[in-house]
Amino acid sequence: MADVRIEGISKQYAGRSILSGLSLSLDDGECFTLLGPSGCGKTVLLRLLAGFETPDSSSIAIGGKVVANAATGLLIPPDQRGLGVVFQDYAVWPHMNVFDNVAYPLKLAKTDSAALRERTLRTVGLVGLDGLEARMPSQLSGGQQQRVALACALVSEPHLLLLDEPLNNLDANLREEMRFEIKALQRKLGITILYATHDQEIALGISDRLAVIDEHGALRQIGAPEEVYEHPGDDFVFRFLGIANFLPVRRDGESLYIGGSMAAWVGPPPDKAGVQLSAGFRPSDVLLYRDRNEHDGLPGIVRRASFLGAQVDYLIDIAGTLIRAALPSHECLARQLLFVQGDRCRAGLTSVQWFAGDIVASTQA
Amino acid sequence: MSSRSDSRFGTSQLLFGLSVAILVIVVAVPMLLIFFNAFWVDGHFNVLDVVKILRQPETYKALGNSLVLSVGVTFTGTIVGTFFAWLVTRTDLPFKKTMKLLFLVPFMLPAFIGALAWKMLLSPRAGYINRFFIDVLGFDGPLFNIYSYAGIILVETMYLFPFVFIQVSGALERMDPTLEESARISGADLLTITRKITIPLVMPSILSGALLIMLYSMAHFGTVAVLGIETGIYNIPTLIYEKIHQSAGSFDSIRTATVLATVLVITAALILWLQNRILDKGRYQIIAGKSFRPTELKLRGLRVPLLMLCLVYIGFTIVLPTVTIFMVGGLKTYGLPFTIENLTLTNYRYILFEWDLTRDAIWNSISLGLTSALITMFAGVIIAYVIVKMKVRGKGLLEFLGMLPFSVPGSVIALGVILAWSGKYGINLYNTVWIILVAYIARYMAFSLKANSAALEQVHDSLVEAARASGATMWQALKGIVIPLVRPGMVAAFFLIFLPALRELTVSVLLYGPTTRTIGVAIYTLNEDGETVYSAALAGIALIIIVLGEVLIKRLVTGKNSA
Repeated sequence: MADVRIEGISKQYAGRSILSGLSLSLDDGECFTLLGPSGCGKTVLLRLLAGFETPDSSSIAIGGKVVANAATGLLIPPDQRGLGVVFQDYAVWPHMNVFDNVAYPLKLAKTDSAALRERTLRTVGLVGLDGLEARMPSQLSGGQQQRVALACALVSEPHLLLLDEPLNNLDANLREEMRFEIKALQRKLGITILYATHDQEIALGISDRLAVIDEHGALRQIGAPEEVYEHPGDDFVFRFLGIANFLPVRRDGESLYIGGSMAAWVGPPPDKAGVQLSAGFRPSDVLLYRDRNEHDGLPGIVRRASFLGAQVDYLIDIAGTLIRAALPSHECLARQLLFVQGDRCRAGLTSVQWFAGDIVASTQA
Repeated sequence: MSSRSDSRFGTSQLLFGLSVAILVIVVAVPMLLIFFNAFWVDGHFNVLDVVKILRQPETYKALGNSLVLSVGVTFTGTIVGTFFAWLVTRTDLPFKKTMKLLFLVPFMLPAFIGALAWKMLLSPRAGYINRFFIDVLGFDGPLFNIYSYAGIILVETMYLFPFVFIQVSGALERMDPTLEESARISGADLLTITRKITIPLVMPSILSGALLIMLYSMAHFGTVAVLGIETGIYNIPTLIYEKIHQSAGSFDSIRTATVLATVLVITAALILWLQNRILDKGRYQIIAGKSFRPTELKLRGLRVPLLMLCLVYIGFTIVLPTVTIFMVGGLKTYGLPFTIENLTLTNYRYILFEWDLTRDAIWNSISLGLTSALITMFAGVIIAYVIVKMKVRGKGLLEFLGMLPFSVPGSVIALGVILAWSGKYGINLYNTVWIILVAYIARYMAFSLKANSAALEQVHDSLVEAARASGATMWQALKGIVIPLVRPGMVAAFFLIFLPALRELTVSVLLYGPTTRTIGVAIYTLNEDGETVYSAALAGIALIIIVLGEVLIKRLVTGKNSA
């Protein structure tokens, strides 16, 4: 059993508060992701769990056993916590070959040599490095080194695996491949994984549940990936999970207008009360039409059009606010919707998240 | 961030305590005793007395001489070093690579052996060159008197200029040539580029090399002792030596020595501080770590003359002195002309196999070198680990203590060691090899700290943390991960200590007893006693040992890199 209980944990560095009163609990066997911008304290949280840092307050329990307690001063050192840890920069020992790297935890545990050999080779196979046992780390690619680090963390069959941005230094293809492999391994071995990353794609793809943390170390939302993606608790979460468009919307009696203009709002009605609202939507939620029918959507002017192969990316000015729209290329071609700069258009919205207040649009120009 | 130590309580506290203890006993206590003896008279603090000592002609003359000599050497050494550095990196001089290696050779040769050779060649009456000019060419007096300020500056320049040469040639090689090329495209001529771009960019390296020369020359004993004492030119280290040796430990002379040592320490600290500031300021991004291929200036008609100049320079600094040492070492009696019937190998045989004094000296130097290198290597790796990697309370103190050995000249260390270990505080090591060993450890700690810190910086924290997470205790992680990874640094530290220790003079000359001469001391005292041929023969043997050692290391290092 490796469930994790953290209740109201705090950590300060040189007077700066990194985490304050953060609570988390992980169920046994789940893949849980900490998603947040760099500097949000997710690495610190992992280090607290691993035992490289001491909490300033509260306690941490892994598998029902308290490993750190600020009140009593209890602190189980990292080597006695029985975890697997994979670091962002691989941390593969450069003076040992692949076999010795992977076997090191078993050697420390004084495993007898036959079992050590068998388990090491099995783990090397598990991460797909068969045949490379005698290689030195300097002879391996970044992805292979990452697998060595993963094998090293898995070989002693820990119940809890801590992964700190382990795929950061890999190229895009490899990152995707490794992501699937980690997920597959986790299912196969039934271990609990705590994964820290700032990459929302990995977080959504790999997690059973994820926690979104903001730059001040505050927990914004916990939930399953589709839940967090479809029902973001606030605009920070919405913004963090992908490219976000925001349009200010003003309620005047029964009517809705865009921003400060007299242009009427066309699209899904708000589910929130209040005078000032913001409509949030993704580039893929936008459908574009030629400017013929005012019921088709909001009036806009195309400011920039970029053909990107599979899709066409538009920057559209709607009543002074710039939004981004992404349309599948074949659809644009089929419906003759290839706009050029300066064209008038109508933007229909298929799905809108409503937020209270006027959120300054963070459109990337 | 002290919290991190909690989880490593046992081992980390132990290492920290050990580090502080080593540095306090070996470095801090001797230093404090020097200051204490300088300023504490009859139970109270006394500055007036220090001023009185500084106003004695003998003292201020020595201070003045140290200043004049080191400024002179710095000036000439910087010019020579910069010029040759530019020549071998930025021009199409023939055989550049070989020349570059040859210019580094003077670093290997102990300056006092060079001084000895030049004394044999240019001493006013007996020097072979002077005699040739007087006897054969009919000159009225000597061509050049090496027993002079100019002579000392000349000899020191020959052996200290590599400090600037190394720094400047390194900077010139690492400088991005596009900086100069873009200036050229903008229409600047070569002279303007050199003046406005190249020189400003390498200025920090020139200055830092110059300050190293100054630091070294200020505290340099050998050359001044060999060439200056005859005509009464003393600098601070030679006067300290004179005070300690001549006046048999009277309180007044020890006080004078401590005051001189204090001045030396303050000057050295000042120079190092300046150097750090210059290097910090000069850390331009434009001088990158990787090597570029710089544009070369075409020397055209000057290629051959400049090559000749280099060869003549190398001939004068390396070949001539070395040949002189070996030839004089082979003479039946000093002063005889170099003819076949006057040359013999008996001197060498006598020195190596028959004479206790020299055999002891060789044995002492080798065993002291090995022992001090081993101890300092291990102590250095522990201290460097605490400073670089650990987060414990009181690390600032340790960092300060760790910096001390860098700024303490050899004669100061020797004096401090005499004050600490002469029985006044319970342990008397005076006249034993142990006192030299303690002094060597203090003197070479800086080398070990530098090499080991550099190696440890390369070991990323996560490698240790990964080991801890894999179930390794602090101690197991050190043994299994850290030590194997810093082993190259430790090996480097060992040789960085062993080789200089073999030829050490400044420290051991103040500490030697009847049976504890080192090679350096034996060469020096034999020369003082007028046993010039034996002195030269021993110097020749020392040169062979040193060169063999250097070659062996080159082999070891390059062999490792290619493996």
